[in-house]
Amino acid sequence: MKILVCITHVPDTTSRIAFTDGNTKFDKNGIQFIIGPYDDYALARAVELKEQHGGSITAINVGEAETEPTIRKALAIGADEAIRVNAHPEDAIFVAKQIASVAKGGDYDLILMGRESIDFNGGQVHGMVGEILGIPSISPVMKLDIEGNTAKVTREIEGGKEYLEIEMPFIAGCQEPIAEWKIPNMRGIMSARTKPLNVIDPTGDNPMNVVEVFEMPPAKSGVKLVEPDNLEELVKLLKTEAKVI
Amino acid sequence: MSVLVFAELEEGQVKKSSLEAVSYSLALGGEVSVIAFGTMDDSAIAELGKAGATKVLKVTDAKLAENNIMAYSSAVAEAMEKEGADFLVLAKSSLGDPISARVAIKVGAALGSNVVDLPDTSSGFKVKSSIYTGKAYAVSELKGDKKILVLKKNAAEIKEDGGAPAVEEFTPATKDEDFKAKVTSTDKATGDVLLPEADIVVSGGRGLKGPENWGMIEELAKELGAATGCSKPVSDMDWRPHHEHVGQTGIKVSPSLYIAVGISGAIQHLAGVNSSKYILVINKDPEAPFFKAADYGVVGDAFDVVPKLTEAIKAQRS
Ligand SMILES: Cc1cc2nc3c(=O)[nH]c(=O)nc-3n(C[C@H](O)[C@H](O)[C@H](O)COP(=O)(O)OP(=O)(O)OC[C@H]3O[C@@H](n4cnc5c(N)ncnc54)[C@H](O)[C@@H]3O)c2cc1C
Repeated sequence: MKILVCITHVPDTTSRIAFTDGNTKFDKNGIQFIIGPYDDYALARAVELKEQHGGSITAINVGEAETEPTIRKALAIGADEAIRVNAHPEDAIFVAKQIASVAKGGDYDLILMGRESIDFNGGQVHGMVGEILGIPSISPVMKLDIEGNTAKVTREIEGGKEYLEIEMPFIAGCQEPIAEWKIPNMRGIMSARTKPLNVIDPTGDNPMNVVEVFEMPPAKSGVKLVEPDNLEELVKLLKTEAKVI
Repeated sequence: MSVLVFAELEEGQVKKSSLEAVSYSLALGGEVSVIAFGTMDDSAIAELGKAGATKVLKVTDAKLAENNIMAYSSAVAEAMEKEGADFLVLAKSSLGDPISARVAIKVGAALGSNVVDLPDTSSGFKVKSSIYTGKAYAVSELKGDKKILVLKKNAAEIKEDGGAPAVEEFTPATKDEDFKAKVTSTDKATGDVLLPEADIVVSGGRGLKGPENWGMIEELAKELGAATGCSKPVSDMDWRPHHEHVGQTGIKVSPSLYIAVGISGAIQHLAGVNSSKYILVINKDPEAPFFKAADYGVVGDAFDVVPKLTEAIKAQRS
């Protein structure tokens, strides 16, 4: 089984977000970049599926040279080879076109990625890649088991779950509890250094969603504390000040 | 200008987030048509009209009764073409996200996701989106003639002054290749307020000690017509179902009021709730980080405060 795992290079979940250059650029100062937590689930499940069914895992990232440490981490966790499409990931459509272009030549049985990136939270790349390739996309996937050529998949929906059956190839956007995050071991880290990381040029597609400026949400004005034995006061505030109940 | 809205139904009624999408589209200007799959109560059609729809395309084809993302996407693209719509507007959801993505490719549209406000059209077409899981916004230009906007909850207020819409049965051309993924069954809580749709959310954390203590959370939620949520460790330990898990790696909510009980306010939890209009925190530790992100707070024992708060709300009603 050939699996393609798409990984994002995103700020650690504890990052304080800030911008520079008149709020037009993300401030990377002091930021630690990681494999997107949802992509980490996808990668972990890919490693388990490979253990069960054999095959190979290719990791792909659309990003500039700075993302290579993140890609090496994916190799250390268990990808066999990696591809970096050498371009800034401008928007979802641009990224989807890059991934689809690689996937077209690769004959993958399964394409896994996170349900969304944690920078732009779009949750749309899997659907777009699926549409370009003419194959189903399922997200967010909580469980994915393969038997022969068929997969049994659990998808989360509002207030519950949906169970699906689907033939490969298809794309899944993953989330917990599809697998436990894997921490690379020493052997993985050593072997990652020599695994192939191929850098390719992007397709000529243009982004259609171009960020002009970033904004921070207004700061909270401070909490109003109410004594636990004066909850009538709290109810009054919620009703007449906030007007939410 | 013509706008198509993909509306979702829940037990015959239109989801609130979809009504927001209709009123948002009305404010964009132009004619608003709606496409909805499944059987719809008459009152639902009236609500769509009030919210701003002038036309409703009803898809009741039995082949499309189960959620089918590929077939729904094909039908939505066909309906855009049929209605001459340059815009597709829909609420962010487990159906809205994949449909918007596939239709964007089908019709070659620019896509804005997590949109929180009406566009600025003074020069070009600029939308404001919530990014970094609610920690910031991006204002971006959508290029191209066709545009798809995926709305975050509360992007628009639901209007109620529209008239009765025209209703049309729409039978999309279905293709075999759109039926590759089959939904075999669905497991869904009924009767509860859905978390992403809720105007008020009452969430519990590890401070509640165990699943047996959720009764008071549910009672408060019931009194407020609220949905219940929880922190990640609570769903990890199976105290509550996974679809209630709020935060960076769970559901992102933007209700009018978020009530956090016994939740410390870790940055990953805050990421999922920081676009709530108001936040009320109940925690026994005055140093809990959540208070810094809150509008209202009670420093106290949840087991004492929550039942008393429910009583106080009841008392104020009567
Ligand atoms: C990559 C990553 C992603 C994550 N994603 C998420 C996410 O999506 N959502 C999420 O929630 N977490 C997430 N987390 C975990 C997060 O960091 C915190 O560990 C978690 O939110 C803590 O949950 P809690 O507040 O319920 O528990 P605790 O941190 O244990 O807090 C319990 C709180 O209850 C209070 N308390 C105790 N007893 C009482 C009482 N009797 N009355 C009132 N208050 C009481 C305590 O003072 C304390 O503040 C993530 C972590 C990582 C690393």
